[in-house]
Amino acid sequence: MYVFTALHWATISPLLLAIIIPFIYKYARQIHTGWFVLVLPVVLFVYFIRFLPTVSNGEVIEQSVPWVPSLGIHFNVYVDGLSLLFALLITGIGALVVLYSIFYLSKKKEQLHNFYVYLLMFMGAMLGVVLSDNLIVLYAFWELTSLASALLISYWYTREKSRYGAQKSMLITVLGGFSMLAGIVLLSMITNTFSIREIIAQADVVASSDLFIPAMLFILLGAFTKSAQFPFHIWLPDAMEAPTPVSAYLHSATMVKAGIYLVARLTPVFGGAAEWFWIISIFGIVTLLWGSLSAVRQKDLKGILAFSTISQLGLIMSLLGLGSATLYFSEGQNVELYLTAVVAAVFHLINHATFKGSLFMSAGIIDHETGTRDIRKLGGLMTIMPITFTLSLIGLASMAGLPPFNGFLSKEMFFTALLNATEYGIFNMETFGMLFPIIAWVASIFTFLYCAVMFFQTFTGKFEPSNFKKTVHEAPIGLLISPLVLASLVIIFGFFPNLLSKSIIEPAVVSIAPSLAGSEYLDVDIYMWHGFNAELFMTIGVILFGTILFLLMNKWTKLSIYKHERDPFNRVYDGALSGLSTGGKKLTDAYMKDNFRQYLIYIYSFMVLFLGYMMIRLDVIDLFPESYAPIAFHEVTLVVVMIAGAITVAIAKTRLKALIGISSLGFATAFFFVLFRAPDLALTQLVIEIASTVLFLLCFYHLPLFKETVDEKSAKLINGIVATSVGTIVTLLAISAHNNRLFEPLTEFFVNASYDEAGGKNMVNVILVDFRGFDTLFELAVLGIAAIGIYAMIKGKVEKEGL
Amino acid sequence: MHPNDVILQTVTKLLAFIIVIFSFYVFLSGHHNPGGGFIGALTTACAFLLISVAFDIETVKKMIPVDFKTIMAAGLLIAVISGMIPIFFGENFLWQTFDYFDLPLLGDNTELATALVFDVGVYLVVIAVVLSIIFTIGEEQ
Repeated sequence: MYVFTALHWATISPLLLAIIIPFIYKYARQIHTGWFVLVLPVVLFVYFIRFLPTVSNGEVIEQSVPWVPSLGIHFNVYVDGLSLLFALLITGIGALVVLYSIFYLSKKKEQLHNFYVYLLMFMGAMLGVVLSDNLIVLYAFWELTSLASALLISYWYTREKSRYGAQKSMLITVLGGFSMLAGIVLLSMITNTFSIREIIAQADVVASSDLFIPAMLFILLGAFTKSAQFPFHIWLPDAMEAPTPVSAYLHSATMVKAGIYLVARLTPVFGGAAEWFWIISIFGIVTLLWGSLSAVRQKDLKGILAFSTISQLGLIMSLLGLGSATLYFSEGQNVELYLTAVVAAVFHLINHATFKGSLFMSAGIIDHETGTRDIRKLGGLMTIMPITFTLSLIGLASMAGLPPFNGFLSKEMFFTALLNATEYGIFNMETFGMLFPIIAWVASIFTFLYCAVMFFQTFTGKFEPSNFKKTVHEAPIGLLISPLVLASLVIIFGFFPNLLSKSIIEPAVVSIAPSLAGSEYLDVDIYMWHGFNAELFMTIGVILFGTILFLLMNKWTKLSIYKHERDPFNRVYDGALSGLSTGGKKLTDAYMKDNFRQYLIYIYSFMVLFLGYMMIRLDVIDLFPESYAPIAFHEVTLVVVMIAGAITVAIAKTRLKALIGISSLGFATAFFFVLFRAPDLALTQLVIEIASTVLFLLCFYHLPLFKETVDEKSAKLINGIVATSVGTIVTLLAISAHNNRLFEPLTEFFVNASYDEAGGKNMVNVILVDFRGFDTLFELAVLGIAAIGIYAMIKGKVEKEGL
Repeated sequence: MHPNDVILQTVTKLLAFIIVIFSFYVFLSGHHNPGGGFIGALTTACAFLLISVAFDIETVKKMIPVDFKTIMAAGLLIAVISGMIPIFFGENFLWQTFDYFDLPLLGDNTELATALVFDVGVYLVVIAVVLSIIFTIGEEQ
């Protein structure tokens, strides 16, 4: 008997709470719904903290509940260093964000139940992503994060920009999600399991498989779109239309790191391959540069932060790429060198979550208290909002990589990793790999620059009260608690980085590079002072050039490139989207003509092509059989009559003439039935022909005048060709089928059985009512439906006119 | 409608009976000879059509004062029920049987088949369908 363990309940508890949130909102309107929500992430955080000793001892916790056992899909929760790190980030920052949102969102004006339902949905989904061991379950939660994110971005759904942003993020992340699913399926095809740990155990099987590269590319596309890597980063700046707590939570600390998590998680599977190393490193480094260059051009606080997030994610991604080389070397000096990259990635992941969360919250406070986020309007807030000022200063300094904050440490490690990579040459890193440190260094200068711009434009200068709609003052203490906690973490991690190194970074690094477990290289020790080395001089250079660029700001802000805020890749996205819709419309318009004849041409042409192709391919055309019955004279006469009738119908100018032509065909058919000894058929055919002719004559007066078809000659030609080819194909088919009879017909049985078993001498009738009475029953039903249909159509017309 | 078609109307009065009787014959002899429910019903319908051409649709309606839709439903019901009865005897749906009886009027050793019940259903449905279609459209004029 499998039961949900506490860990399972913890994973899905946010989803369960989300269900009852609307009721709480409805029946406890006096209290801000956020207070009820707040309890859960706090409890979860404490719960996950308790795993720290276990996990730092190198143990893992695994619990499994079968979901779809027949397909190998189990709801496995798996806690190791990496999962625990993410789970703590999700619940910890989640708690702070909920606390912040209580003061940020008004109880009276906002639809809080929606907000917290979406937020809890997201939290549960994100916990599911990081704790799942089963790739299919991971994928399910992964898509749920996309969905929750789109809902949160469009929280103020009356604004057009929110809807645009939500749609964009949805399209891009779901595109990646589907691609990831393809990758997952390929992986499971190689290894025959969905469990990540079992796949890791078969890493050598994966590496030698033909599907290695496709699986890797598909999964990477998923990771890159989710983590806003170049060029899929364009959704992130537009996601800033979401309420600020959402931006702080989803679009800086958690969801955008899902891709990073995936890359880190699957590094033991794919790492060690040159493709993985190069793709991730290059995409990461390009994202880093592009993000930091674009951030400088932004005039909106959250815009700057969005591009800065993109840039920092690129940094972490490139570190993971470089770090994957650890798996290539099982031992030796190189391991240690690349290990730095992995440690730096994990460390910066934590640091980024802390300072970016606090920066978003500060930006939210500024927005909340001044009513604008435009840095051209802001200024001189230093004395008015001293606490926010201090918080922003800490966050920005850490982001820019200044000592003594934690950003400095991770940036130093980043430079170390890059320099190591180029120095000791792996995968031809010594040639154009030399570009890596240079790009990173340039990107760091711009990082410094946008941090400086954001800081000085917002807080220094002259305060212009006329720019603001509200009277500006410091935020209430409730709004400040969360960023305060995060900013103090920035400082604490800056001064005491080893608090983290043993407890969480080491287990996380082991998860990324499992071969290092228990190895002597794995001794994470982060300290502030490295001595006078290349990294320190690079940092000094960053500060120097950054300051120069900032001082020259008046010059370069006049450049036209500064004026264009939007990312140029948006044009590609917008163009692709409108191109798809106009292209799709054009394509549909090209063949959907609302013309019945046109559709008939498609159907018949397809039939001719398909049948013709198959008949030629299977080589079944056989026009000269051994067994033609002798042709009698009266049969020829009847055929001539029928041909004459058919031609009359085709060229008739009046309806009556066409009717006579059709009737002659019907009667000739009846004669054929007589000739071929089918009296029942002949009788039925005769009577039906009479009845239908009467019917036609009844309708005759209602019909519009026989329209002379004024088709163009080309249309007539096409009709002629299609009609002729259909006739030819059907004739060929009929004759060939006659000559390709595979089995003896059942006639013998009916001849023998109709009198003996059914007591009837009329075999046709016995078949109709006895042997195959079931068909007859439903033919009767068809007739009945036709009659009722005609009755309804004619009698119902009056009511329709009355409308 | 056709006040002067004396010949037609007179001939119709005679012919209609002959056609109907012929149609009954065709219907009943279907088990051994060409014919059956379908042809029988169509022939009967033709008799009524002839009347409606010679006289009037109203005349036919007076002759058969029932709703065709009811007849249609009754015919389908008879067909379905006749198919369902064998189920109660442990046979398959639409299972048919026959036997020979000595009957008054019809003579000794007359064959009676359960298929005839099914055929009655066919007969009723077809006649109702044809007449209701033609009269629905015809009334529209």
